[in-house]
Amino acid sequence: MSVRRLAKEQPPSFAFSPDSMEKVNFWLGKYPEHRKQSASIPLLWLVQKQEGWVSEPAIRLVAEMLSVPVIRIYEVATFYTMFMLEPVGSAALIQVCGTTPCALRGANDLIEICKTEIGPKSHLSADGLFTWEEVECLGACCNAPMAAINDYYYEDLTPESFRQIIADFRAGKKPAPGSYAGRRSSEPAGGAQTLSDASLYDGSRAQPLAKIPNAPEPEPKPEPVA
Amino acid sequence: MPTAKVNGKEIEFEAGLTVLQVAELAGEEIPRFCYHERLSIAGNCRMCLVEVKPGPPKPQASCALPAADKQEIFTNTPMVKKAREGVMEFLLINHPLDCPICDQGGECDLQDEAIGYGRDGSRYAENKRAVEEKFLGPLIKTTMTRCIQCTRCVRFSTEIAGVSEMGMISRGEDAEITSYLEEALTSELSGNLADICPVGALTHKPWAFNYRPWELTKTESVDVMDAVGSAIRVDARGGEVMRILPRVNEDINEEWISDKTRYVPDGLMRQRLDRPYVRVDGKLKPATWAEAFAAVAGRIRAVSPDKVGVIAGDLQDAESMKAAMDLFSALGVKNLDCRQDGAKLGYGPRESWLFNTTIAGIEKLDRLLLVGTNLRKEAPLVNARIRKAWLTGKLRVGVIGEHADLRYSYEYFGAGPSSLQKLVDGEGDFFKDAKGAAIVLGQGALIREDSSAILNLAAKAAGTFGMTAEGKNGFNVLHTAASRVAGLDMGFVPKDGGRHVAGMIAGAGKGEIEVLVLMGADEIDTTALGNAFVVYIGSHGDAGANRADVILPGAAYTEKPGIYVNTEGRVQIAARAVFPKGEAREDWAILRALSEHLGAKLAYDSLEQLRAKLMANHPTFGQVDYAPGAASAAGLDLGAFGEAGSLSDAVFASPIDDFYLTNPIARASVTMAECSASQAQALGRLQAAE
Repeated sequence: MSVRRLAKEQPPSFAFSPDSMEKVNFWLGKYPEHRKQSASIPLLWLVQKQEGWVSEPAIRLVAEMLSVPVIRIYEVATFYTMFMLEPVGSAALIQVCGTTPCALRGANDLIEICKTEIGPKSHLSADGLFTWEEVECLGACCNAPMAAINDYYYEDLTPESFRQIIADFRAGKKPAPGSYAGRRSSEPAGGAQTLSDASLYDGSRAQPLAKIPNAPEPEPKPEPVA
Repeated sequence: MPTAKVNGKEIEFEAGLTVLQVAELAGEEIPRFCYHERLSIAGNCRMCLVEVKPGPPKPQASCALPAADKQEIFTNTPMVKKAREGVMEFLLINHPLDCPICDQGGECDLQDEAIGYGRDGSRYAENKRAVEEKFLGPLIKTTMTRCIQCTRCVRFSTEIAGVSEMGMISRGEDAEITSYLEEALTSELSGNLADICPVGALTHKPWAFNYRPWELTKTESVDVMDAVGSAIRVDARGGEVMRILPRVNEDINEEWISDKTRYVPDGLMRQRLDRPYVRVDGKLKPATWAEAFAAVAGRIRAVSPDKVGVIAGDLQDAESMKAAMDLFSALGVKNLDCRQDGAKLGYGPRESWLFNTTIAGIEKLDRLLLVGTNLRKEAPLVNARIRKAWLTGKLRVGVIGEHADLRYSYEYFGAGPSSLQKLVDGEGDFFKDAKGAAIVLGQGALIREDSSAILNLAAKAAGTFGMTAEGKNGFNVLHTAASRVAGLDMGFVPKDGGRHVAGMIAGAGKGEIEVLVLMGADEIDTTALGNAFVVYIGSHGDAGANRADVILPGAAYTEKPGIYVNTEGRVQIAARAVFPKGEAREDWAILRALSEHLGAKLAYDSLEQLRAKLMANHPTFGQVDYAPGAASAAGLDLGAFGEAGSLSDAVFASPIDDFYLTNPIARASVTMAECSASQAQALGRLQAAE
């Protein structure tokens, strides 16, 4: 994470599109009038979904819609690194995981590729097609190294496959998300190694229960009083 | 009442207190940075750690922990000491330790606590973080690397000042305090930010690098920038007032003061009248006191008393007004007035010109109607008190007059007196079921042609809605001039056919007034005085001195002991912090000396004798630090307030155009000029956006 600032160049204005507006009204409808500011994060997210990033006019508009001081929305937008404060690449926003498991599995090579293919971190590339940034753990360590591109995870990357993905995005294609090591989700390489016994699945193991686990014990008989 | 043990000492406390407050009750000092009595609790500096039993075996932040019955609190165990030392070490990782060049040095909470809990050396070899400076307007200087993110400034501006303009952006190590896009703060109370900042991150821009706190002589005094009479401490070095800070006075200003009160002292060193002047051939020439007195006495003796007028200005102390009244009454002069703005007050019972609810009493109200006043400009601290009461949710505020942003929401009833008439006639339900209602009449409602009728109508409203009864008085007049209530209390108003201010000015223009004595009166139209011989007694070269034929240099409010009566009728005694400039003298002494030249020697030779006579003639001046409030509310004749009459349709307008430039001292101040410009810029931006 680095110091986050609003972009130097800002559009003159911002307005929600009719599609976004429908969603905005859905979120506003969820909160009572005097608790409107609960919708700060959803509204900023809708801004980002629409424009790709959160601009200063958009922050002002959200503050106005929620009747909160603009500094409060500014605080939220700068607090969460999820909100992009600069324009992002039109083809792809690449978020490479740089945390330990991915780093051990070669994330540093992916980062090098980003540097050479795209340019400096966290800024729009010269051609306007890409933005890349290094992020903390995205929770897909078993498929390390990985990168989140736009809304999807691209996993088990190698320098070759990653380079190919970037080239595809550059060519206007939409490469398929998921594992690039030819496995399904996070199965072991070479297919499943456990739970392969067919009897697990044919019902032959099912036996009547002698006792239900954790069932309450019958109450002991009271001691006879002498 | 629940009891707790603090370091083994048993103590009773009220339910609802925090552990920190209970420990303070027991006399234990707890270090703190983020906690502040008048702000909400943040609990983020962690310096107030204590050990509490029963509870988890770890240090607890005492500021945010409610105290419980039978609790044992330890503030001096080795664990507590070690925990606080740890916190201090963390706080200092990124603190620049530039105390030798820091303006907060010597009065810095972090510096003080570091003596108790700091290490003698740092264990960190890494670079400290750097933080960009922020622009917060002409008053607050920032050095953001020193910030420890206590968020006191954010809470102050949001809660007390009512401007949500400051915030903390980003997070973790990158967290920074800023205003939105570094716009200047628009509050009249912004100087308090530097006071509550526990480190040197926010300091006073006008005083940057001007002094060290231990060089200054501290004098406790009273402010005269408005009629609130805030408690201040005047810090001086040599003959110069270096700064003005607030003192705690729960009845008036709590612990805040307005920016004008605080930053005006640079005006005390500019445009000063430091020697007498006499106009010769159209030009003011320096003169000796004897020459000046001779010129004045010669003129006054040459004309009949009904051709002499005396106007007392807004910053005048009670003693000099008393001396002037005694002197000129003895000469037979009836044209005496202390109401520069022409307010129609001073003839009914004393309650008709006081803020009878008292400022602290605002917190007990549930309805408040503001008529013809913009409190943000006229009395920012009264406005802050209303906001405080409004925040509790019990107070409903109504406004008749200017539709201004007062930092709280209100119901708006209209712009002119007819709206008040409608309310009195029973329209609407604003006062329905009110238990503590009050009406505030501002000077905007009292400086008009129909002001007597408005005063009468407001008193009628107070009667109709049961504001005045045994133990409560909801009729209030808010003054803007520090001298006004004292003047009215002693009867410094024209009687027996004497001329009031407008009459004197018109008379001067027509030649019916030949000698006009201005005691610090600069807010009148000095260009309309015709050929009158103008004597100016005052401290600053402003409009009055510019027009004067003789200038008798007086002392400013920090340079003389003086009695001031605030808008509540509270008598307060200001002290001298420095001596008058050059040959200038205290105002009462000038009048005493002049009296001998006029052959009507005043009967007092010292300030003590003058005060004794003042208190003997006008007993209310003897009640120091006392506001009458509702003392006489039961038998009050509200019908005697003003006179019933017809109301005009003109809308109310605040008499104060520019909050920062209301008096000669403020107009001489560079800082106030900068504030005024910054405010105008902000206003322009606002209008452009609309």
